[in-house]
Amino acid sequence: MDILPILSTLRRHKVTAALVILEIALTCAIVCNAVFLVGQRLDNISTPSGIVENELLQITANGIGDQPDAHARITADLAGLRQISGVDSVTMANQVPFGSSSWNSSIKLSLDQKRPTVQSVTVYYGEDIPKVFGVEIIAGRAFQTNDYTWFDDAAKSGNATFPKIAIISDALARKLFPDGNAVGKTIVTGTNEVRIVGVVKRLTRPSIMDYSTAGYSMLLPIRMTMSMGASFIIRTQPAERERVLAAAVTKLKAMDNRRVITEKRTFDDVRKAYFASDRAMTGLLIGVCVALMIVTALGIVGLGSFWVAQRRRQIGVRRALGARRKDILRYFQTENFLLATIGIVIGMVMAFGINLLLMAHYELPRLPAIYFPVGAVLLWLLGQVAVLGPALRAASVPPVVATRG
Amino acid sequence: MFAYYLQLGLRSLRRNPMLTALMVMAIGFGVAASMTTYSVFRATSRNPIPQKSDVLYMVQVDNWGPENTEKGEPPDALTYIDAVALGRAKQAHRQTAIYPIGPSVIPDDPSRLPMRQGAYAVGADFFPMFEAPFLQGGPWTTEDDDKHASVIVIDRKLNDKLFNGGQSVGKQVNLDGRLFRVAGVIDEWNPQPRFFDVVNTGGFDDPPGLYIPYSRAVDLQLPTNGNNNCAKDPGEGWDNYIRSECIWNGFWVELPSKADAVAYKRYLEGYAAEQQRAGRFSWAPNVRLRNVMEWLDVQHVVPPESQISLAVSLGFLVICLVNTVGLLLAKFMRRAPEIGVRRALGASRRTIYAQFLIEAGTVGLAGGLLGLILTGVGVLGVGLVFPKDIARLATLDPTLILLTLVVAVAASLIAAFYPTWRAAQVQPAWQLKSN
Repeated sequence: MDILPILSTLRRHKVTAALVILEIALTCAIVCNAVFLVGQRLDNISTPSGIVENELLQITANGIGDQPDAHARITADLAGLRQISGVDSVTMANQVPFGSSSWNSSIKLSLDQKRPTVQSVTVYYGEDIPKVFGVEIIAGRAFQTNDYTWFDDAAKSGNATFPKIAIISDALARKLFPDGNAVGKTIVTGTNEVRIVGVVKRLTRPSIMDYSTAGYSMLLPIRMTMSMGASFIIRTQPAERERVLAAAVTKLKAMDNRRVITEKRTFDDVRKAYFASDRAMTGLLIGVCVALMIVTALGIVGLGSFWVAQRRRQIGVRRALGARRKDILRYFQTENFLLATIGIVIGMVMAFGINLLLMAHYELPRLPAIYFPVGAVLLWLLGQVAVLGPALRAASVPPVVATRG
Repeated sequence: MFAYYLQLGLRSLRRNPMLTALMVMAIGFGVAASMTTYSVFRATSRNPIPQKSDVLYMVQVDNWGPENTEKGEPPDALTYIDAVALGRAKQAHRQTAIYPIGPSVIPDDPSRLPMRQGAYAVGADFFPMFEAPFLQGGPWTTEDDDKHASVIVIDRKLNDKLFNGGQSVGKQVNLDGRLFRVAGVIDEWNPQPRFFDVVNTGGFDDPPGLYIPYSRAVDLQLPTNGNNNCAKDPGEGWDNYIRSECIWNGFWVELPSKADAVAYKRYLEGYAAEQQRAGRFSWAPNVRLRNVMEWLDVQHVVPPESQISLAVSLGFLVICLVNTVGLLLAKFMRRAPEIGVRRALGASRRTIYAQFLIEAGTVGLAGGLLGLILTGVGVLGVGLVFPKDIARLATLDPTLILLTLVVAVAASLIAAFYPTWRAAQVQPAWQLKSN
């Protein structure tokens, strides 16, 4: 098929051709970036927490007024919860992965270092967190009972009773000690020196600002009291969760009827709530992309039909001069392919420009190169599918049209 | 003539239902997507206190130095030391320190459960500064602030719960076992975005239920219910904590004129320089004084989701328009013979313009009506994408309805401009000859 006649025809229909090209270019630019944003969000949503999500429950409660015997009360609360049938283990933790509040500290490698090595690391407090959360210890050891200090004691007496040991996540260990073994090394959190006794495989942070540091976390041997938004974390069997959650709430209220339960949820709910906006944004962008492609396809159908109607006589003449139906069909398909190609080239440049803009404003990474060929193939297909109807109609124009009018 | 062209337009739209439906849908969907996302954008980027937004300023003083701050931007909250020092200096027309607290209200009736309330510790100036609407009584006085008095301002909802909506000024409210005397009751009041506490709420939250004096809250050692950031370990106990460089306070000032703002900025720099001389800061004074809209901008109150979805749907609208240009062109050019006849019978180019623009306008209007329905559906569905605190601000009010119709008609007229021009260029002689 010779493309020169097509080009010369297009040159005489500059505006209509330009409209098709513009539409394809804009669609290409927007869809590429929207799909890229969707990919980013999906990456966020699939961030692993490192904990046994389908076995955990979270209950947040608030006591009223001063709580003088805080240690005894929390010990009694935990013991009470352990009595509920189906409860595997229980602790009180200051935060959970994908929670809304976070406790962070900076990490230095020595006390006299000026700028911290890692600006912000999440610090988990709570007894037996690795066991209750189901986090695997891949090096060193877990905390032992006599390692623990109560939270209010540690906070009260400054550096004296602050824990001297810590467990860190593998991600943090790799960042702090790239050449290996972190166990036994000393780091500085805030102004306190702690020795690393263990490394956990993964323990994700709450309220993640930057997904590249989502795994930077640390555990300290501190028992939480019911304060500062700490919550009860209960581990149970997946099938037992609803029943255990209801039973635990009843139990907590029975032990102290003045307390306010501010939150009770399974960890599935925690994850769902945390990623709600990411999920919704994904849905929205996919919806817009589909709508865009439908509009573009319909636009090509509409303009194609117009074109075919306008050229009925030419088509008739060509058919009368011996062109086969296939040739007419090919003609319109090739024409669409040419327009789509120009549109795609312009669209890719625009997509790249929009991506640069997004990078500057929203700290997004660069659009991966794979988007360009995939986007091109997608739009070529879209164009071909859309033009098929009008092209078939053109192919069915009988040669006798040439002799009329 | 207008009515006749309108009639012609409607008839022509009926003649080609598929093409018409395509155009109406393209405009309808494009406009609806843009308007729905715009409603969210408008809600998040709006001015929460337009009458005073340029005389209210948030104060920032860099107490952490270049080592602990990023790009020279001072921390977004103040220490207790600075908040109290600025409050005592009274260098502004009005000023208030502020921090969120989370007390529980204990009803007198022992059978009712305690209620946890979103609340703020503020100064007496808070209420006139931010124009909180009082139903009963009024704010407490600055003397109450100085005396660390146990006074409280509650909102209508809490008044309904505790006093069945009756007169409550002078009565007592029990917070965590301590009694506070009601100074006033405000109407339900929840400026959005919550400019005076963006740092802890992101700008959107349920309305706070009560306010107590800042000085009293600190006496009671009520911890902040919001963010607390410490560059260094504050040490043991409350006294060390409030003397530390931990930041957890907001500080707002009202400065009626530009000259006042300049003077106050100079005062802040002087204050920071004094701290530097005293050895507390080892860096040059680094202070900020930002009015409401500047502060909301710096704090990125408009969520990126809102900006991105608005941009994407505007792109969608542009594509829909390009599409409409093509379809209108197809539609108008198909009627070249008809145009030829009209021109030959004496119609001027102007009348052709009028006829086809009116026809395009009817398409736009139809698209606008479809867009309006879809925008309504879209606004209802905003809650699926945005957090509920933001979603409930997106509403289909008269302005949005009007804007939807105007955008739809304007968009279709813009789209019709080129096709109409082409239609008016039709040579009557050529058309008459070929038929």
